[in-house]
Amino acid sequence: MSYEAWILLTASLVGASCGLIGSFLVLRKMAMLSDAISHSVLLGIVGAYFISQSLSGVYMLIGAGIVGLLTTLFVQLLSDKGVQSDAAIGVVFTFLFAIGVILLSLYGGNVHLDVEHALMGEIAFIPWDTLEINGVDIGPKSVWMLGFVLVINVLLTILFYKEFKISAFDPEMALALGIPVTFFHYLQMTMLSLTTVASFDSVGAILVVAMLIVPAATAYLLTDRLIHMLWMSIAIGVLSAFIGYYSASLFNVSISGAMATATGILFALAFIFSPLHGLLGKWLAQKNVRMEVKKG
Amino acid sequence: MKEFFLQFQDPNTQWVLFGTLLLGLSSGVLGSFALLRKQSLIGDAMAHAALPGVCIAFLLYGSKSLFWFIIGAAISGFISTWLIHIIVKKSRIKEDSAIGIVLSVFFGFGIVLLTYIQNESTGNKSGLDDFIFGQAASLVKSDVILISTISVVLLLLTTLFYKEFKIITFDPSFAKGIGLPVKWFDSILIIMIVLAVVIGLQTVGVILMAAMLITPAIAARYWTDRLSFMIILAGLIGAFSGGVGTLISTTTKGLPTGPLIIVAATSIFILSLIFGPKKGLLQAFIKHLKLRKKTALNQFLLSLYDLNEQSLHSKLFSEIEVFEKRKISKSLQQYVIKELSNKGLISVEDGQVSLTDKGLEAAYELVLNHRLYETYLMHELEFQEVMSHKEFSISLLTEKEKQKLYQLLELHGRKPVLVPNSLRAHKKKVFIHEL
Amino acid sequence: MAHPLSVENITVAYHKKPVLQEVSFSVPEGKLIGIIGPNGAGKSTLIKTILGLIPKASGSIEFFGDTYKKQIKRIGYVPQRGTVDWDFPTNALDVVTMGRYGHIGWMKRPKKEDIEIAKACLKKVGMLEYANRQISQLSGGQQQRVFLARALAQDADLYFMDEPFVGVDAATEKAIVTLLNELKERGKTVLVVHHDLQTVKEYFDWVLLLNMRVIAYGKTEEVFNLENLQKTYGGKLAFLEERPTLVKENRSV
Repeated sequence: MSYEAWILLTASLVGASCGLIGSFLVLRKMAMLSDAISHSVLLGIVGAYFISQSLSGVYMLIGAGIVGLLTTLFVQLLSDKGVQSDAAIGVVFTFLFAIGVILLSLYGGNVHLDVEHALMGEIAFIPWDTLEINGVDIGPKSVWMLGFVLVINVLLTILFYKEFKISAFDPEMALALGIPVTFFHYLQMTMLSLTTVASFDSVGAILVVAMLIVPAATAYLLTDRLIHMLWMSIAIGVLSAFIGYYSASLFNVSISGAMATATGILFALAFIFSPLHGLLGKWLAQKNVRMEVKKG
Repeated sequence: MKEFFLQFQDPNTQWVLFGTLLLGLSSGVLGSFALLRKQSLIGDAMAHAALPGVCIAFLLYGSKSLFWFIIGAAISGFISTWLIHIIVKKSRIKEDSAIGIVLSVFFGFGIVLLTYIQNESTGNKSGLDDFIFGQAASLVKSDVILISTISVVLLLLTTLFYKEFKIITFDPSFAKGIGLPVKWFDSILIIMIVLAVVIGLQTVGVILMAAMLITPAIAARYWTDRLSFMIILAGLIGAFSGGVGTLISTTTKGLPTGPLIIVAATSIFILSLIFGPKKGLLQAFIKHLKLRKKTALNQFLLSLYDLNEQSLHSKLFSEIEVFEKRKISKSLQQYVIKELSNKGLISVEDGQVSLTDKGLEAAYELVLNHRLYETYLMHELEFQEVMSHKEFSISLLTEKEKQKLYQLLELHGRKPVLVPNSLRAHKKKVFIHEL
Repeated sequence: MAHPLSVENITVAYHKKPVLQEVSFSVPEGKLIGIIGPNGAGKSTLIKTILGLIPKASGSIEFFGDTYKKQIKRIGYVPQRGTVDWDFPTNALDVVTMGRYGHIGWMKRPKKEDIEIAKACLKKVGMLEYANRQISQLSGGQQQRVFLARALAQDADLYFMDEPFVGVDAATEKAIVTLLNELKERGKTVLVVHHDLQTVKEYFDWVLLLNMRVIAYGKTEEVFNLENLQKTYGGKLAFLEERPTLVKENRSV
């Protein structure tokens, strides 16, 4: 497979996983929590490195999972103690992220970990960092990790589709039906942490947020059915990846930055032109109403 | 350590420190308003969105100039706030998603511009990287003067318009009602918040600047209930964190300033959370313990009275019976018995308790007040004054209302039957006997 | 045969303010029971506490002589309308199908029968033609009917409804009443938090007068009288003196 193809595959896998979990975050009004977790997992990655002394993806995933849950827990704790929720999110993730950056600056210097990389990813290096089993090169590590995370996300979403849906739509009713809403919340936060960390290597912390929120928000403007929103987010995420990659190659700029910008452009298009919920659609609907009134 | 103190004598460090203190001050002050307006995370969006503005300013101006960077950052900061507003207003996207969209897309675009600049220019790009995590050491004297001037202006404006900002934050409709040009002051406040964010970017960096608005303010909240004190305290905490972070950062090579400042500020927050006298955890815990003890004592007396009231002959009850009536946790049971007998309110013998005369008086007061409060709650809407449990007192009601309350008490059959001798003798509580 | 619902000595406090005190009652099967009381009396709190959505300080609750978890499939709930995200990408049919989730169980898909049941329930409330409408495009009364249909889809034996008649149009009100009577005919038990005193005698067989404590509980004709109402509502009942007679007059026509 060509160099370019690997990069596109990696980015598409990021777009797919993020689109899937991002849809539920947008619907549950937890976009900022996803912003928070994607920042604080940096600490998880750094911590995992220090403890395991290795850059193995497995440890990073575990570290991320733990820190992701911790972030959710701390935010919840502070909220319960009366700190307003937006402040709670702001305090917790900036603190954890700051510690991560400090540790990274102090001790991460010699290793493959560096701050800019963590922020922006270095997707250009992905195709060369490959996995070897018994001396056989089976492809870039990132692709494996992302593929694994995507499979988990898809599996969990299929298995628990009903439960995810009703917990997002009507949590009180869900509780009354005996559905463990809190469990599913933490489950989704774990899926989020895993997705973030798997994407770190390729697109970096900050830009994962774009992939999580923007394609899902775009899909939200394009459809009224949850199932469509899910596959549309994935498609838009993948599309942004392609547009981003080719634009970045053209202008010689950051690939992940370009992908984030691409998600924004697609969102803007939907915002204006969506027949269902875009400005144009609403304007047309109003015009129709006026015409009907005139006729009748 | 010695090197650390030597730093203080370096005039450059002094200048940088001065600037950072002032900017910490203004972040804390304006962050308080952002916090109270529930716009803390919009501050995060503004900070991230500033990156493309800074880059564009660089591209237009050709080299580093804090002045033009600030202008660029402010413009893109404004545009981002406006966009968030428009997205929420004109579509079904909710505010949290709108903030996330603007924040990440603008920042992504900023990174694009940043890499473009890095690839195009040869060395003049210095200074832009610092905007991501902040680097106080890269501040030069002219930068500091600019930052300090803006900070001072912001602080002056806050002092000038304090009353107005306070009321539009707390109750905008009321403010409008008394003729205050709310939209006007709202815009000024937003401009000031944007400026506070933007001057901090070189020191704290884009990613963490949001915390400068949030953390000092929320820490201050735990020390006071008054807005004026909170703002001043937030400013001081911001200044202190800024100072500490800057000092450590300038003495250690390669450590960005932003994270250090944030860790300092958050540490103060954690301390405030635990030890703060106003809403701190320690205080709450101590209060909670005291309350538990008092409640347990009251529960016991109430239960003992109820038991006495229900069985008209027996005056002696087993401890277990009383504990059954209103549950008291095992750990406090010993305490309750001891305390009440020490105070002479009950007499204990072989696990059987009875109310003393003094005890009956105390219990009667408790029961009467308790049942009156309950009755009051059942018919709350019919009374003028709205009172909470702590404040409830018969004396706060009008004569007529007192009558009504006692009537209702009787109607529900809740009038305490066992009246202590002292009352019977002195006819102190006239109302009950009039019924 | 165990009562569908047995509540004993429930006490609930919210921020140290007592909301429910020593509430006890047992519900007879196959009846329509109205829960009546002034605002803030704890009516919604009572239902939520019974369903385990709010913690209680003391007391015990039994459903058909058993715990909530074990009997959950037999219990249906129509909450007050305010708690849902109306912009959620879901249509009326979808919402009603959600009512079947208790029966479908974890990790399984809704089967064809479930969808058919959902459609039938929509039809019962007169909303079948709106099956594919996104919920924010429905009127308040229509939304209420969809939530009612969802409760029906739960196919429960014991229903709890929290102020189903608030803010609905006449057509919806009629639909709800017809539905309630049909449920009763099928032997279901329904508890309804109700706010309109004038319709109590018409709608409900039994009534629970609640104001933090149980003021009175029993058959409507025995318990729903001026004296008890006065105890429940206090002095605000002056206007009611005329009403009971008016209702009687209409009835005899």
